[in-house]
Amino acid sequence: MLSRIKSGPVVVYGLLVLLAASMLFPFYWMAITSLKDKADVFSTEPKLLPGRQLAERVVDDPRWFFHSGTDNYSQLLAWQRLVESGRGPRGFSRFVLNTVFFALAITLGQVITSSLAAFAFARLRFPGRKQVFFAYLATLMIPATVTMIPSYILLRELGWVNTYQAVILPSVFTAYGTFMLRQFFLTIPREIEDAARIDGCSPLGLYWRIALPLSTPALAALSIVAFVGSWRTFMWPLIVSSTEDLFNLPLGLTLFRGMYTDPDWPLLMAGSMVMTLPLILVFIAGQRYFVEGIRLGAVKG
Amino acid sequence: MRSRALGIAALFLLPNLLGFLAFTLFPVVASFALSFCRWDPVAEPVSAIEPVGLLNYVDLVGFHSRTDPGGQTSWVANTPRFWESLYNTVFMMLAIPFNMAASLLLAVLLNRKMRGMAIFRSAFFLPSITAGVGTMLLWMWMFNKDMGSINQVLAWVGIQGPDWLQSYFWAKPALMLMASWAGIGGVNMILYLAGLQQIPRELHEAAALDGAGRWQQLRHVTVPMLLPVTFFIFIISIISGLEGGFDAPYVMTGGSFGTTTVSLYLYRQGFEFFRMGYASAVAWVLFLIVFLLTMINWRLAEKRVEY
Repeated sequence: MLSRIKSGPVVVYGLLVLLAASMLFPFYWMAITSLKDKADVFSTEPKLLPGRQLAERVVDDPRWFFHSGTDNYSQLLAWQRLVESGRGPRGFSRFVLNTVFFALAITLGQVITSSLAAFAFARLRFPGRKQVFFAYLATLMIPATVTMIPSYILLRELGWVNTYQAVILPSVFTAYGTFMLRQFFLTIPREIEDAARIDGCSPLGLYWRIALPLSTPALAALSIVAFVGSWRTFMWPLIVSSTEDLFNLPLGLTLFRGMYTDPDWPLLMAGSMVMTLPLILVFIAGQRYFVEGIRLGAVKG
Repeated sequence: MRSRALGIAALFLLPNLLGFLAFTLFPVVASFALSFCRWDPVAEPVSAIEPVGLLNYVDLVGFHSRTDPGGQTSWVANTPRFWESLYNTVFMMLAIPFNMAASLLLAVLLNRKMRGMAIFRSAFFLPSITAGVGTMLLWMWMFNKDMGSINQVLAWVGIQGPDWLQSYFWAKPALMLMASWAGIGGVNMILYLAGLQQIPRELHEAAALDGAGRWQQLRHVTVPMLLPVTFFIFIISIISGLEGGFDAPYVMTGGSFGTTTVSLYLYRQGFEFFRMGYASAVAWVLFLIVFLLTMINWRLAEKRVEY
């Protein structure tokens, strides 16, 4: 490869550091802005630095950081819109809880339904298997723009608009997850299955005691992809929820964004941090499964 | 025995299959039917859905002739706004080849046995994981005319930066820049990296023996060997470029300054103006374009990719 041609490691490292720095700079900018107060942003001091006030205050008294440095965050979490509502408070903390709930419910739902279906496609023999699986594959091509209007109408007719299930349900059934897990289940050696069957294991037992435990990397990959996707989902919740007590973080954050007036940027960046930081942590915790997920998913091409 | 096998399989399939029927199969059929109808979901019950034949499609992609006072006849689109949104969408897709080249270069840089490569890979990958409303608001702040970091950096070198998101000239490039940041180190880079690792060393060794330099190896060994991956990434990018692109303009510009994409146009027609039939027609025209492009790509690939 190119690496075998001697290009000075210094040059390569220099280039990589430069590129990584420019990719990561926005996160740094988000973090330091979220710790400033509104006046800092409008002051004339260099804005690419954490801010003189900020640095001096922390050096003076490290405890300050936890008292006042995180003002934007405490202000945000305390934010509530005073609307009479029978459904609990409509505040920022509600957006956080909703986001967590949506992400966990969708992830769990995807893992359960798609692993069950994938097991049937990979490990059970039944008439029509090929045809049904082909129908699944074909839907990988159907874009959300086509399905979203009738899905909305269906949920509306059920009287489910502005409910949690309206946000969650349509995202739970995934052809992608089914396909990915099927590929993985196919690699489980037949002998293991046969041995279990001779010991009297039922299909459900095979699924639960053999297929699932042997597929933890694939399940982890699907879970992480599903979690990240549902954590930041925006368009579908926007369509089916019009009351703020159902908003997730992406929807809730748009309430703080003034389109034509300048918003309170430090506050807004604190909000962006609250949405973004968990994704960064999930990524750090599960990176290798991510790469796995991409490779497994790409086989479909 | 057959029916028993079917029964067991049904138990496994049912949860997913029900969802598949309700939220994929039914919507596809219903959407197609609805695209030939007229219906306002707010004012009317479902029973008021009324067939209108091809009207939505004529409205959407049709042209009519218009004679101006001078007696000149010209053809005018029935809905210039749809064509405008299609233009905006395609314009922003012009970044695709550049993004792909950038992903490839990042992968080439990372594909060596040196310390710390995993850390750099993660750093490049991070934007694509976090991309969402949070990072869109972050970029709105970075693009801010007076206090944003981008114009601050430009000011150092003596350039007065524009008001990025409030300008017909700069709004599209601004969104493209953000999308590149979020995209080049993501899935595509990982796919290229996997592709690079599959190229047999011998090919490069043979090329080097024949006196090929670094650039020539990249051009005549690496790039041709990666053609299948490149082709896959290209198709996916085209599909997501045409179908996607809703969140960023919705959040960052509200679709003004020439940033209304087709998906944003569709959303507005369906969920803000409540023209469900018309919006469904938009979805099908878009799907048809995507489908035809994908078919053409496959045909071309059949000729080029095999070697």
